[in-house]
Amino acid sequence: MALHPILAALRKHKSGVVLISMQIALTLAIVCNAIFIIGQRIDRVNRLTGLDESNLFLVTQQWVGAPSGDDPAGVEKLDSMQKEDLVALRTLPDVASVASINSLPLLNSSSNGEISLKPGATESKGNTRTTFYFGDEQMLSTLGLRLIAGRAFNTGDIQHHSFRDQTEPSIVIVTKPIADKLFPQGSAVGKVMYLDGGTTPTTIIGVVERLQVPGSGSWTNNFAYNATLEPTRIDHNYARYVVRAKPGRLEAAMRAIPPTLYKVNPLRVLDDDSVKSFADIRASAYRADIGMAILMGVVCLILLGVTAAGIVGLTSFWVGQRHRQIGVRRALGARKIDILHYFQIENLMIAGIGAVIGVLLALGLNAWLMQHFEMDRIPLAYVLVGLVALMILGQVAVFVPARRASNVSPVEATRAA
Amino acid sequence: MFAYYLELALRSLKRSPGLTILMVLSIGFGVAASMTTYSVFRAVSGDPIPWKSSQLFVPQIDMWGPTGRGDDGEPPVAMDYTDAMKLMRDHRAKLQSAMYQVSPSIVPADASKHPINVSGHAVYSEFFPMLDVPFKYGNGWSADDDEQRAAVVVISSKLNEKLFGGANSVGKTVNVEGKDYRVVGVTNDWNPQPRFYDVVNSGGFSTGLDDVFLPFERAIALSIPNDGNTNCNAIPAESGFVGLQHSSCVWIAYMAELDDAATASTYKAYLDGYAHQQQQSGRFAWAPNNRLRNLPDWLDSQHVVPSDTKVSLLVALGLLIVCLVNTAGLLLAKFLRRSSEIGVRRALGAQRLSIYAQFLTEAGMIGLAGGVLGLLLTGVGVASVGWVLPKDIAALARVDLMLLAMTLLIAVVATLLAGLYPTFRAARVQPAWQLKSN
Repeated sequence: MALHPILAALRKHKSGVVLISMQIALTLAIVCNAIFIIGQRIDRVNRLTGLDESNLFLVTQQWVGAPSGDDPAGVEKLDSMQKEDLVALRTLPDVASVASINSLPLLNSSSNGEISLKPGATESKGNTRTTFYFGDEQMLSTLGLRLIAGRAFNTGDIQHHSFRDQTEPSIVIVTKPIADKLFPQGSAVGKVMYLDGGTTPTTIIGVVERLQVPGSGSWTNNFAYNATLEPTRIDHNYARYVVRAKPGRLEAAMRAIPPTLYKVNPLRVLDDDSVKSFADIRASAYRADIGMAILMGVVCLILLGVTAAGIVGLTSFWVGQRHRQIGVRRALGARKIDILHYFQIENLMIAGIGAVIGVLLALGLNAWLMQHFEMDRIPLAYVLVGLVALMILGQVAVFVPARRASNVSPVEATRAA
Repeated sequence: MFAYYLELALRSLKRSPGLTILMVLSIGFGVAASMTTYSVFRAVSGDPIPWKSSQLFVPQIDMWGPTGRGDDGEPPVAMDYTDAMKLMRDHRAKLQSAMYQVSPSIVPADASKHPINVSGHAVYSEFFPMLDVPFKYGNGWSADDDEQRAAVVVISSKLNEKLFGGANSVGKTVNVEGKDYRVVGVTNDWNPQPRFYDVVNSGGFSTGLDDVFLPFERAIALSIPNDGNTNCNAIPAESGFVGLQHSSCVWIAYMAELDDAATASTYKAYLDGYAHQQQQSGRFAWAPNNRLRNLPDWLDSQHVVPSDTKVSLLVALGLLIVCLVNTAGLLLAKFLRRSSEIGVRRALGAQRLSIYAQFLTEAGMIGLAGGVLGLLLTGVGVASVGWVLPKDIAALARVDLMLLAMTLLIAVVATLLAGLYPTFRAARVQPAWQLKSN
């Protein structure tokens, strides 16, 4: 089909063409970036924690008037209180295992530091960032971590000290990313390293495959899986216990916690948030990301809807305007399919112009967002898929008015407009 | 005349109901998306203490030196105990307070009830007048109480409701961390968002509120641990809470009231003088690198407004623009289709101005209808942000008269703007041409 008549017709209603292609361009620019944001958030939410998350929950509780933990007697008292709790929880019928722990992935409460292969290396540049998990001999099994080298902690390994005691442990377990970074060739097990610029050597006794840090914000992006596990019960005025319920007994196990702990010692604080399933921890950590993804999704839907409706509306008007011309063409022998194609090709051209401008706008908007907000460069695939999607949207939208045009009877040619 | 244009517009809109509905929907959704995201943005970017924010300052002292600075050369965002206490003792501002976040337990007098956990801050007496904290009953404590490390407490009206059924509890006793405290004041629904006096620990916004305020030095003396962030550049030499106080770890927030620019620059000079002194005494091995920001600048530097909120607002504004371009295109088609009608009106003596009035009236009516739809959708939108946004932020977004008025106004003005070019084109229609072609 010759393009000439289409071009000639387009020139006759320039402003309409300009407006609709501008709309398509803006839609493409926004939709590409919005979908890119959605994709990024989904990737974040789908990150693995390394835990076996089902049947897992966390207990956070605080003692009233507990010793401060600044003197040895206070530390011992706090530790015996914690051990009493652990014993009571471990005897519950619905509980598979319990470990003392300072935090969990996605909990956003963390203790972070640095690892060096040299003693006393306080200069942070060459050091490896890590988060610290403190727990007892049941920590690995309760969390469901996969040990890929060395051994887990045993009862004899477990130390205890106060929250603010910075004593470095003699042995630790690290995650694979740390082991790979510190000891690229060969096994990390049995090797020595130094924590937080200290001078006491620490030996790696095991490597776990994966364990995410507690912080879920973007500030943890460069060490998201660098975790160091210390065989230590932390003694403080509050304590956390991670509990694995027997399969299918999660709710029952969670319900049993407060009465059990109050029975051990009523002088403590347990509130609504004290017993929290890991599913809830995950949901609150990613709420903002999921919210942003939903919001962007809604905006995209509205945008595409409005643009499709705009195309339908404008094309319908053009069809109405050209009733007589269509009739003439039909009378001169044009088939229905020719009329249909005419409007389809016309739309393809308008959408094409808009889409090309839109691609440039999308890349520009992305560059601007990168400059002002935490945003990555948009992969070209997103833009190209957006371009194709918008062209298809244009074709779908134009089909109804175009078919109406193709149904115009040749008799129209003889009628006055 | 206006009534006539209204009638013409109504008739025209009725003639093509599909198109009219399309434009109204487009404006309605565009405005509603913008206003919903704006309501969130407005909530998080507002000034929490507008009458005084320019007089409240947050000092930062560079006690870590070059190794502890970020890439931007900024000193730590909180203070260590040594420097905070020095600033409090020197007392160079009109009002000032060091503060740290605590999370003590409260034991109800009724023994059958379980202890509860509250959050709060350990502060100095000047905290209350400095931040204009409203009181329902009583008042803050005195400077004397600060010094005496008195067992006094200010509680929130919410905690007062819980413990005393809302009655005036001044003079009554509350058990905090196993010790008795005398209530001296009950705040009156005070829960500023962002929690500007300690954004480092609250992250700006918080669903909870501060239920207790304790005298700073008493909290230190009783070793009530800090519940907020502790950041260390080096491992503390001693362990325990006392070790923390002797270390260069930062965990204390600080705020000072300085009345004008002159006082502020004097105070900044004092801070630099202090840092210089520390350099000479050998504690700091670097030149002074302090900051003194007023509250709006401080909130800005701490990125209190989440970037998600800003991006959402921008994307929603983009959506509004697309909706307007869409409306402009449809109006253009609609107006130009009536060229013959315009030609007749012009030939019968209608001025260009009348054509403008007629078509802008029509655009305005679409805008108004879009605005009304936008109002409903904004209501739905603001109500449903609670489902998708983090609770601390979603709780702040609300619909008020201002937002409603803005929704209508933006819808009408934007649609008039979108209608300008189509109207301009309509007014240029040559009467003779149209009459001839018919």
